[in-house]
Amino acid sequence: MHLYNLTLQTPTASLQAIVGNFSGARQQEIIISHGTRLQLLRPDIQTGKLSTIIATDVFGSIRTLASFRLTGGTKDYAIVGSDSGRIVILDYDPRTSSFVKVHQETFGKSGARRIVPGQYLATDPKGRAVMIAAVEKSKLVYILNRDPAANLTISSPLEAHRSSSIVHHIVGVDVGFENPMFAALEVDYTESDQDPTGEAASKAGKMLTYYELDLGLNHVVRKWSEPTDPKANFLVQVPGGQLASSERFDGPSGVLVCTEDHIIYRNADAPQHRVPIPRRKHPLGDSGRGIIIIAAVMHKMKGAFFFLLQSEEGDLYKVTIEHEDEEVKALKIKYFDTVPVASGLCILKSGFLFVASEFGNQQLYQFQKLGDDDDEKEFSSRDYPAHGMAQPHQPLPRAHFRPRPLENLALADEIESLNPILDAKVLNLLPNSDSPQIFTLNGRGSRSMLRTLRHGLEVEETVSSDLPGIPNAVWTVKVRSDETYDSYIILSFVNGTLVLSIGENIEEVQDTGFLSSAPTLAVQQIGDDALLQVHPQGIRHVLADRRVNEWRVPSGKSIVAATTNKRQVVVALNSAELVYFELDLDGQLNEYQDRKAMGSTVLAMSIGEVPEGRQRTAYLAVGCEDQTVRIISLDPDSTLETISLQALTSPPSSICIVDMLDAGINRNQPTMFVNIGLQTGVLLRTVLDPVNGQLTDTRTRFLGTRPVRLIRVQIKSQPAILALSSRTWLNYTHQNLMHFTPLIFDTLDYAWGFSAELCPEGLIGITGNVLRIFQISKLGTKLKQDSLQLSYTPRKFTTHPDPGNNYFYLIESDHRVLGEVAAGTKLQELRSQKKTVDEAVLELPSEQFGRPKAPAGTWGSCIRIVDPIENKTVRVVHLDNNEAAFSLAVVPFEARENELHLVVGTAQDTLLSPRSCTSGFLRVYKFTDDGADLELLHKTELDDVPLALLAFQGRLVAGVGKALRIYDIGKKKMLRKVENKTFGSAVVTLNTQGSRILVGDMQESVYFAVYKAPENRLLVFADDGQPRWITCSTMVDYTTVAAGDRFGNIFVNRLDPKVSDQVDDDPTGAGILHEKGLFMGAPHKTQLLAHIHIGDLITSIHKVSMVAGGREVLLYTCLHGTIGVLVPLASKEDVDFISTLEQHIRTEQTSLVGRDHLAWRGYYVPVKGVVDGDLCETFARLPPAKQSAIAGELDRTVGEVLKKLEQLRVTTSGF
Amino acid sequence: MSSELRYTANTQLEHLHARYTGTGHADLSKYEWMTHQHRDTLSSIVGHPSLTSYLSIADGEATGRIRFEMTERMLQPCGPPPAKDDD
Repeated sequence: MHLYNLTLQTPTASLQAIVGNFSGARQQEIIISHGTRLQLLRPDIQTGKLSTIIATDVFGSIRTLASFRLTGGTKDYAIVGSDSGRIVILDYDPRTSSFVKVHQETFGKSGARRIVPGQYLATDPKGRAVMIAAVEKSKLVYILNRDPAANLTISSPLEAHRSSSIVHHIVGVDVGFENPMFAALEVDYTESDQDPTGEAASKAGKMLTYYELDLGLNHVVRKWSEPTDPKANFLVQVPGGQLASSERFDGPSGVLVCTEDHIIYRNADAPQHRVPIPRRKHPLGDSGRGIIIIAAVMHKMKGAFFFLLQSEEGDLYKVTIEHEDEEVKALKIKYFDTVPVASGLCILKSGFLFVASEFGNQQLYQFQKLGDDDDEKEFSSRDYPAHGMAQPHQPLPRAHFRPRPLENLALADEIESLNPILDAKVLNLLPNSDSPQIFTLNGRGSRSMLRTLRHGLEVEETVSSDLPGIPNAVWTVKVRSDETYDSYIILSFVNGTLVLSIGENIEEVQDTGFLSSAPTLAVQQIGDDALLQVHPQGIRHVLADRRVNEWRVPSGKSIVAATTNKRQVVVALNSAELVYFELDLDGQLNEYQDRKAMGSTVLAMSIGEVPEGRQRTAYLAVGCEDQTVRIISLDPDSTLETISLQALTSPPSSICIVDMLDAGINRNQPTMFVNIGLQTGVLLRTVLDPVNGQLTDTRTRFLGTRPVRLIRVQIKSQPAILALSSRTWLNYTHQNLMHFTPLIFDTLDYAWGFSAELCPEGLIGITGNVLRIFQISKLGTKLKQDSLQLSYTPRKFTTHPDPGNNYFYLIESDHRVLGEVAAGTKLQELRSQKKTVDEAVLELPSEQFGRPKAPAGTWGSCIRIVDPIENKTVRVVHLDNNEAAFSLAVVPFEARENELHLVVGTAQDTLLSPRSCTSGFLRVYKFTDDGADLELLHKTELDDVPLALLAFQGRLVAGVGKALRIYDIGKKKMLRKVENKTFGSAVVTLNTQGSRILVGDMQESVYFAVYKAPENRLLVFADDGQPRWITCSTMVDYTTVAAGDRFGNIFVNRLDPKVSDQVDDDPTGAGILHEKGLFMGAPHKTQLLAHIHIGDLITSIHKVSMVAGGREVLLYTCLHGTIGVLVPLASKEDVDFISTLEQHIRTEQTSLVGRDHLAWRGYYVPVKGVVDGDLCETFARLPPAKQSAIAGELDRTVGEVLKKLEQLRVTTSGF
Repeated sequence: MSSELRYTANTQLEHLHARYTGTGHADLSKYEWMTHQHRDTLSSIVGHPSLTSYLSIADGEATGRIRFEMTERMLQPCGPPPAKDDD
């Protein structure tokens, strides 16, 4: 088995964000790490929108990012700490629009290891040094400098190791131009490892240590080390140093130590200042719980600075330091605003705050004010004895605030993110869709969503208006070539033409010079200021002064097809003749003396736009009824001579020549494409060689069931093509690469570009008798998302097998949250005790503020019925008694005449570690109201948490903790029929075919079990030789299973068919029962067929067909928002070709973080039988010389390689 | 093997142990081994962003909190060491 791994949707989690002038221009950019991908974003200061500049796969895991700038420099560099055992310095090159590796220094083994640096990065604020640290012991310091040619240099590493010490955080200390200093928060475990009483561990102090890089001695010394609060977790740099010019101190220097409930200002030998972290006073909150800071950003303005710290609840605090030179007078903290919990915060100089939220969409906020003069209470260290340090081991009195809607910030933009995907299904539910949709469960807690993902571009409709009849074509036209906006809309009907003018209103006009009594074939703004209309009986050339020059067809003939550009007109007559006109220098349209006889009726024609600075375009493409396309010369030396001919499989319906930039073919100048739409709905795209007019590199794509119609339009002032069939497709260039994406819009009969003041980049189209004006804004995206708000973290969902019932049944559960019912009771209790309940806090929307945290073992959970077509919730059933739902299945019980029931597996008072509960339950619900409601039949107690349920032969099979059981329905309880308790840790997935059950274990891979009905035996007959932490699995066929694990691997295991037959032939299972186990497990082992490391935790895997009639693929979704497919390679040649290509690119393309590609894809188990398509597709971005070298090795042309890659992607995924 | 060689081999081994924390040796006790295993696991959770996210979703805590608690737990992941015998 050979699989080809393709990513359809790259990960969208933002794990870290940094800001800097990476392009060197006077504009700030943001770099986000998506785990295995780097993205550069540029905010538009005027509109407050973020746009992606580049995004690249790094083929490695990014763990930390930092930006730095050399002293006196104007450009920032990005330093990446990854799992490659290397430190990498990246430079963004705006010329080639790519990241360039400036330095790559190896210091250790690859992998995210305990003592190999890469977890933490800290830079000197003056850009002279960087420290990279591991979780334990190792810290390396690199000195950064410039050489005489102003290139960045990096020194060999200086060690600042400290054995047996665990590092919590490191940060660069701002000391101005004195020796660079780094602060680290460390714990030493030497003593606690030796002390059996446990006293040393409880007293183990957290040390704040300063490491000084002595630039003179080229050595790192431990300068200062003092114990600080034992719950400290985070350090923030405080500005310091003196300005050479003014003698004034930028700040007091030192660090803010963020600990549970407190912020402490620390600097060597300076008095400490401590303030409490203000907390919410929620009536339902857990008052015993500490609060920590998880993200922070410091911002320097002229002569001042402030910090924004974010707590784990999402509240932002503004922290300021009052200081006189280096002496701190007071540390102050106040509540600022509440935004989603972030993994990184960035403040831009232009007044924006970027919140890289850890789950869900990322936000860009604009500062409205800085919270300087509001009535929010400020807490200052001055108000506490000894600056809050009178009793450093005692907490300060609690400070409180009341959260409120945004006051200082305003949302400017949002980037959609799928992170996290917890479960998914691929189904074709929506009407009028020929490709399936992906339904995903996203988000966490109160920001959870059910998302419907559709392949295609989102269309924003601006105008839709009814017309008196059904037009068959529409055009827009300018009056003069130098105008920006279109002036007229021309509609052609069966027996006439209607001209509308575009102004404040769109209204009909008469005196335009156009013939209104006949249908129109083509409209063109020609020359500088003239208009042209082609109708069946002739051509009207309307001059600027409204004079009309008309050319009439010879009697008895009529025009059947026409194509025009700014200087040329070609028409085809029904006598299969071509007539060619060209505009001369006086603006007169002249007919070429000869007519060209084609010999077959012309169906479609096209000429390209006149190239800049030229008189004419040299090629005309003519499609004839005899299933050919001919390229005809329009060159003065060889006018109307046939140059080349291409045979087709069916008559063409439309042709379009367009010059588009595709970096895969030619990155410097546009390539001339001839697009041929066939009546069968197929589109052929060929490249026209501009020198000899030959057609090469034909690529085909099936667009839909209707004949294709092609229209040349402008998208972002670049040429693009609209292809209309039963679906509408847009072929456009985005970031120098060609995209071909369907539009999510109604079927269009005709369309054209549209440009007006209100809608400068729009399109106009007709569907039936409706005229529609629309625009496409989110270019570059491939998936349109529709979302539905949920209340808790969604866990799983299922569909109803009844074809008439399209509802989804979801289970949602959240740990450390009070359920709806429990919260209600608690509030009532509080009220009855006459305690004051802050109603305003209770009213705050939980989507923005989250829910109050409850102690561990508290759960909020519900069952939700969703209508995915209408995208709305039908019903919510809240669970009481602190129960949480973990699994569900729709089961047709044979004992009840196969009536369908919903079984939900829940557990009460569940604790996660170690996994325990007071009682598990199977809740059996009856569907009422056609599935729109549920009625609880009964609850059955269980001894453990049921993590997996499945319908099996008219009964229920349940994975309850370590046990696999079959249940049948009874009157008051579920009845246990048979049990097998031989599983390693906990059953998490179940799949079945026939009497075979595949059991995924939490830690021990997939077991093959069989149910032998005659003896009522449930027997395990095969397992995997390797331990695997299964998260999801699916059966590929009766003997094969594909599964994903917690470490980001996908693998395929197969059972020997002989064993499979032997097990099926054994009627009682006695043979299996008495077979001897192998390696302390089942008697047979499955064999590994394929294995790949994705780099993101796999949450679901499905065997589906993504295109109508296409082959089945394995589609997987991952936690951080990755969606990918594994495509089976059909032929031996494909396998040879693609794996050789992969090998070659592997040697050419070195990862941006310095990870070896083969090692990365074989992170835990060597990669087997899977070719990495993401790597292969980087072929298009390689320099041309390398491309042709690789293609040469493969005995192909570059075009053929690209075509093969595109074909693999398109035919299997449609993307 | 001459006694001298054995001596140098030993110092090299000691050097290696000092350099690569977590490397096992013949006299490793069960407690030490367990502690190393746990510390390796915890640092791996902190070092792999998808694992941190996964735990934080399961536990209903912020990823920052999970990272903090995992690092905290590295101090003594398996409780205090067993009391030493006097021999």
